[in-house]
Amino acid sequence: MAEERRPKQCTVVLPTESMKAMAESIGVGQLQEESCAALSEEVSYRIKEIAQDALKFMHHGKRRKLTTSDIDHALKLKNVEPLYGFQSQEFIPFRFASGGGRELHFYEEKEVDLSDIINTPLPRVPLDVSLKAHWLSIEGVQPAIPENPPPAPKEQQKAESTEPLKVVKPGQEEEGSIQKGQGAISAEAKGQELLMCLYAILKLMKPRSTHELSVEQQLYYKEITEACVGSCEAKRAEALQSIATDPGLYQMLPRFSTFISEGVRVNVVQNNLALLIYLMRMVKALMDNPTLYLEKYLHELIPAVVTCIVSKQLCLRPDVDNHWALRDFAARLMAQSCKTFSTTTNNIQSRITKTFTKSWLDEKTQWTTRYGCIAGLSELGPDVIKTLILPRLTVEGARIKAVSEGPVVSNIDKIGADHVQSLLLKHCASVIAKTRPLPDNMEQYRADYGYLGPTLCSHVVKARAQAALQAQQVNRTTLTITQPRPTLTVSQSGIGGSGGSRSPSIIKVPSSLTLMSTRPGTPTQPSPPATKYIVMATSAGASSTQQVITLSSSSGSSVTSTVASATSTLQPLVKLESRAASGLGGSRPLQKYIVVSLPTSASSSLESKSGMLPPSSSSTSPISLEAGMKMDRSDSPGASTQSPH
Amino acid sequence: MAAVQDGQLNLEVEKDIKTEITNDGSGNINANSSSPGSTSSGGKSKSPAGSGEDQQTLLAVLQFLKRNKLTESVDILRREAGLSADADDSPVSESAGAGSGGVPSVGADGGDANSLLSRVSIATPVAPPATAPPKVVAASGGEDQPDVNVVLSAYSQQGDPVLYPLYYNGLKKFIESVLDCHRAELSQVFYPLFVHMYLELVYNNHENEAKQFFEKFSGDQECYYEEDLRILSSMSKKEHMKGNETMLDFRTSKFVLRISRDSYQVSCLGKPEMSRSLWQLTITYRMLSYQLLKRHLQERQNNQIWNIIQEHLYIDIFDGMPRSKSQIDAMSGSLAGEGKRDANKAKVFYGLLKEPEIEVPLDDEDEEAENEEGKPKKKKPKKDSMGSKSKKQDPNAPQQTRIPLPELKDSDKLDKIMNMKEATKKIRLGPDNLPSICFYSFLNAYQGLTAVDFTDDSSLIAGGFADSTVRVWSVTPKKLRRVKSAADLSNIDKESDDVLERIMDEKTASESKILYGHSGPVYGISFSPDRNYLLSSSEDGTVRLWSLQTFTCLVGYKGHNYPVWDTQFSPYGYYFISGGHDRVARLWATDHYQPLRMFAGHLADITCTLFHPNSNYVATGSADRTIRLWDVLTGNCVRILTGHKGPIHSLAFSPNGKFMASGATDGRVLLWDVGHGLMVGELKGHTDTIYALKFSRDGEILASGSMDNTVKLWDTLKAFDDVELDDFTAATGHIHLPENSQELLLGTYMTKSTPVIHLHFTRRNLLLAAGAYNP
Repeated sequence: MAEERRPKQCTVVLPTESMKAMAESIGVGQLQEESCAALSEEVSYRIKEIAQDALKFMHHGKRRKLTTSDIDHALKLKNVEPLYGFQSQEFIPFRFASGGGRELHFYEEKEVDLSDIINTPLPRVPLDVSLKAHWLSIEGVQPAIPENPPPAPKEQQKAESTEPLKVVKPGQEEEGSIQKGQGAISAEAKGQELLMCLYAILKLMKPRSTHELSVEQQLYYKEITEACVGSCEAKRAEALQSIATDPGLYQMLPRFSTFISEGVRVNVVQNNLALLIYLMRMVKALMDNPTLYLEKYLHELIPAVVTCIVSKQLCLRPDVDNHWALRDFAARLMAQSCKTFSTTTNNIQSRITKTFTKSWLDEKTQWTTRYGCIAGLSELGPDVIKTLILPRLTVEGARIKAVSEGPVVSNIDKIGADHVQSLLLKHCASVIAKTRPLPDNMEQYRADYGYLGPTLCSHVVKARAQAALQAQQVNRTTLTITQPRPTLTVSQSGIGGSGGSRSPSIIKVPSSLTLMSTRPGTPTQPSPPATKYIVMATSAGASSTQQVITLSSSSGSSVTSTVASATSTLQPLVKLESRAASGLGGSRPLQKYIVVSLPTSASSSLESKSGMLPPSSSSTSPISLEAGMKMDRSDSPGASTQSPH
Repeated sequence: MAAVQDGQLNLEVEKDIKTEITNDGSGNINANSSSPGSTSSGGKSKSPAGSGEDQQTLLAVLQFLKRNKLTESVDILRREAGLSADADDSPVSESAGAGSGGVPSVGADGGDANSLLSRVSIATPVAPPATAPPKVVAASGGEDQPDVNVVLSAYSQQGDPVLYPLYYNGLKKFIESVLDCHRAELSQVFYPLFVHMYLELVYNNHENEAKQFFEKFSGDQECYYEEDLRILSSMSKKEHMKGNETMLDFRTSKFVLRISRDSYQVSCLGKPEMSRSLWQLTITYRMLSYQLLKRHLQERQNNQIWNIIQEHLYIDIFDGMPRSKSQIDAMSGSLAGEGKRDANKAKVFYGLLKEPEIEVPLDDEDEEAENEEGKPKKKKPKKDSMGSKSKKQDPNAPQQTRIPLPELKDSDKLDKIMNMKEATKKIRLGPDNLPSICFYSFLNAYQGLTAVDFTDDSSLIAGGFADSTVRVWSVTPKKLRRVKSAADLSNIDKESDDVLERIMDEKTASESKILYGHSGPVYGISFSPDRNYLLSSSEDGTVRLWSLQTFTCLVGYKGHNYPVWDTQFSPYGYYFISGGHDRVARLWATDHYQPLRMFAGHLADITCTLFHPNSNYVATGSADRTIRLWDVLTGNCVRILTGHKGPIHSLAFSPNGKFMASGATDGRVLLWDVGHGLMVGELKGHTDTIYALKFSRDGEILASGSMDNTVKLWDTLKAFDDVELDDFTAATGHIHLPENSQELLLGTYMTKSTPVIHLHFTRRNLLLAAGAYNP
């Protein structure tokens, strides 16, 4: 490798065209080819020399990145005037231009009006350097605190669960090489091969290890599980926050997953809606934790989640309780885990899709299960809606018609049918708005989609109108693409220069926002139109990165409330300054969220929707729902509810 | 400023030192070579070959004999003249090669008729008469940069450029065909030969041939030379050679190779039954590796290569078995080959100085009593029986008064008592008892943190920043306070008991203070042992002394004209060392604005500096990938340690002064035996530059901190136990490095995203680490 590179190093010189261009820039018109060649060689050499010296400054500056000041210092060493003005922290954006067979890269310098600079308000003063101590190790053991990296990095967890065979690979290679080397397989070689195989298998079988939790961990587990299913909402919020952010939960993961799966099993039978909701929120918190990789525990978690989506009965009084919200919430969880964990080997997504479709197609399926199936499918994305749901709209419409317009069967069925209808309208409208060409003809819709056609048509019209409006409002259409998964870098950029005690909780912010990216955050509101927010988290640090995250909030269930919330959030700049934890003092760069609201492309929200909400929906699970509502309302500060204090 | 008084007490000694400086330091070149009268004062390390001119003649004779292959007589003559094996090449190797900025070691070429002839033949205006080569130096040595023409002219030998690859190939074939045991040793020739042949081609304007030559053979070179090869490859024109530092290094210093001379006795030792087969071996052995090479070259009339070897290489021949490839690899890698064996022969007093005996009151609990009792007894501590062990003089320790040290003040004694009390509470560390690590993260430093230091008692922490500031924090609840202004001070009752408290200005109390004064990034920082002063060195070429009482700058030491990479206080205070881009390390005393010593010899930037625990020696690490140990008293270089493959960025002495650890950009920690001047261990594990090294207070554990965001702990007790140093290894430098990095590694602690740039063990053996959080 090194050998390959070296000859190249020998020959790298600037092109002679550059010399010509530079000569022209200082008024030397015709430069001879030879002088160009000589110059370029000389210049390349000098540049390399300066770069070498600049590297020294980088090393002594204890950095990995060469900065412009390093080059200035290197020039100073050579008694050359430094290049003043290159203070850019980021890369210097060279622009490219070509014409007349010439190609140029140049640095675009804008003319700046000094009065503009003088008149602009001063930027915030960067935070001062501060010192913060933590325990990196206590008597040789690294404590699992937020300041330290998580004990088992997520990548490692992932590698362990997805590619257990990879560990054996070296052995296999050895095997292969032996085979090759020996050519003809003698008996001896065969024996050896067998041995190697055995060895490889033995390597696969890990020794059985007992997972012992320390006393502290046991206490923690007890506290957390009690708080999660207890009656105190404040405590629960704290516990969930802890699950979602703490880096040291890796060892307790099997316990948590069993707790959830058992809990769901028991509470479904007892129709305890509140507890089911709590358990699903735990699942969500686990999934939100950036240091955990859940793949190994999906066999317990997925059945639990799916149960909460499609179970016939989830609450004692199905006609009154809002179990629909739980189904929605669980469906979103399912969709998220599909996106995160589905691989070609485990095929989670296709298996889930099959399960949903199968029970949906069944004639005898109850409305509740039907609702769950559709919700589960539609959360999986527009493609699934297009291929699986749209073709069945006519059939489903007929079924709904039979219930709503036919003889009164039972109240429960009627409510179920209503919910299914609104669900279908909500999801299908946005997809149709994007795919179906204009015009939106009521009759045409009826022909295509049957009973639901006309209502669907009006929804699509509204969705289109909103999309157009939004295009006017915000130029940056690209930003509206919903990003399903937050990247880890996003969250880390959020920490800025902190490294402080509560930093992981800040990490949480973007990812929790994005979890709600497409739909409302908690199971309280069944089907409001999603309003999208662009959240720009800017850390005050020098290396600040801007992240644009789209999230949708369930800001209103009716048109009017949508408008209201839009006006409140349309303020282009909402600064949310998360106060640092006490220990940190002013050390953390403040987080700035720029919230821009973008109306969705969904045609409209159903006028009748709020009416459809069972009036006394909060009767059995008042606490959870209330809390959920709160969270939703303050969704843009939802960032701050997640971030510490 | 008690230090000033101390200085005056030692005035006499001081003067003495100063005269020596002029000879050793800036003026050493003239002193050593041209004026024979001054040689006696110039270097104590020099061979006892009498005055310079006599030596020259002697060397000329030696050279003649050598060229006529009269090795026997060479040896005899040498023995009689009392010259060491390499003396013919460099009687003043250390000092002459050491001229600031790489003054040419023409003195070293003194006896080398070949090079002289070549120089005369091109008739450079400054070309000296053959009998007085030192004049060249006199003419050119005064400047910072040597006269390039003189240096380069040696390359002007004309040879057919087309033949160069052939020559090289021929040699390659030859070396590949020799016995295995010699191959590794002879292969060492490749790299320097390659470099010089390439440079010759470039110098003689055979640009294309040079390029081809480079492309053809650069792949053969050892990977650790890559860095230099890159620099080399960028040089393709004669003009480039002027002013290029690397070039000068290659030219002005001879590349040192060690090649064995196997003797019959060794190979046949006590094995008569094998003597027959061995007889044949001995034939080869007798034609030592070196002679093998020589013969080959002469047979083939390969003068080109022979000339290069004669002129630019220094071959250090030793008796004994040839070394294996791994042994050679362990030691090579520096810019100018290995250290000569003789360079490491000087005795180093690595033992610790006797601790001044301070009466520690028996009732430890009562601090009040301690303070009162401690004071009166300090006057007559000499014969008191306290620490019976510390009374005995360590046989390896230097004399107590070898260099003048500042006298202890009362406050120092109090501090020592505190130290001892703390030491009794010290945790004994070991593989089963690892230290706790407390990490100090600098937040919002925006990558500007360039240096950190802790005080010995771990009460203060200082950081140097790229924005030229120095910041001091108090990590104890005690806040930093400034002394009151002069006007206010005059109002204070000086007789009161709490006068020390009263002089402090409560209004200025704060957790941190900022010191402004530098005009460039601060690269080095060091607290004085008494916590009253702080040193900082900067890109602006100055070292500044700050008072931690007034938080103002007291002195700016000017001398380095280029960035000063590191500075360090002596463990006894008063002295300090600084080193930087100008390749000269300077020893200063706080009350002198000029340096007391200049240590010149490194071929590239001095990147880190460190005092030996007994303050008699100074270690410097350099970008030329060597570590040198300097004697503070004489100013001589007493150790040259090679083996690192990258610039050295951290050094640490073990508390007993016997061992040293060094870390470099290559991510390896090397352990050295200071007394023998040998590498005794290699610790692999880091993946990036090691910026921090520290031994625990008892020396059982070495902590290393690196750019790869980890702190690693190593079992040094075991590492040093495994080493057996007999006379043989000590004499030949044959080292067998155990491959046990993994066994020695006791723990790895990853930070989230914080490079570790400083480590410190508190007196109770708690490990403190520091770095800037780097999001």
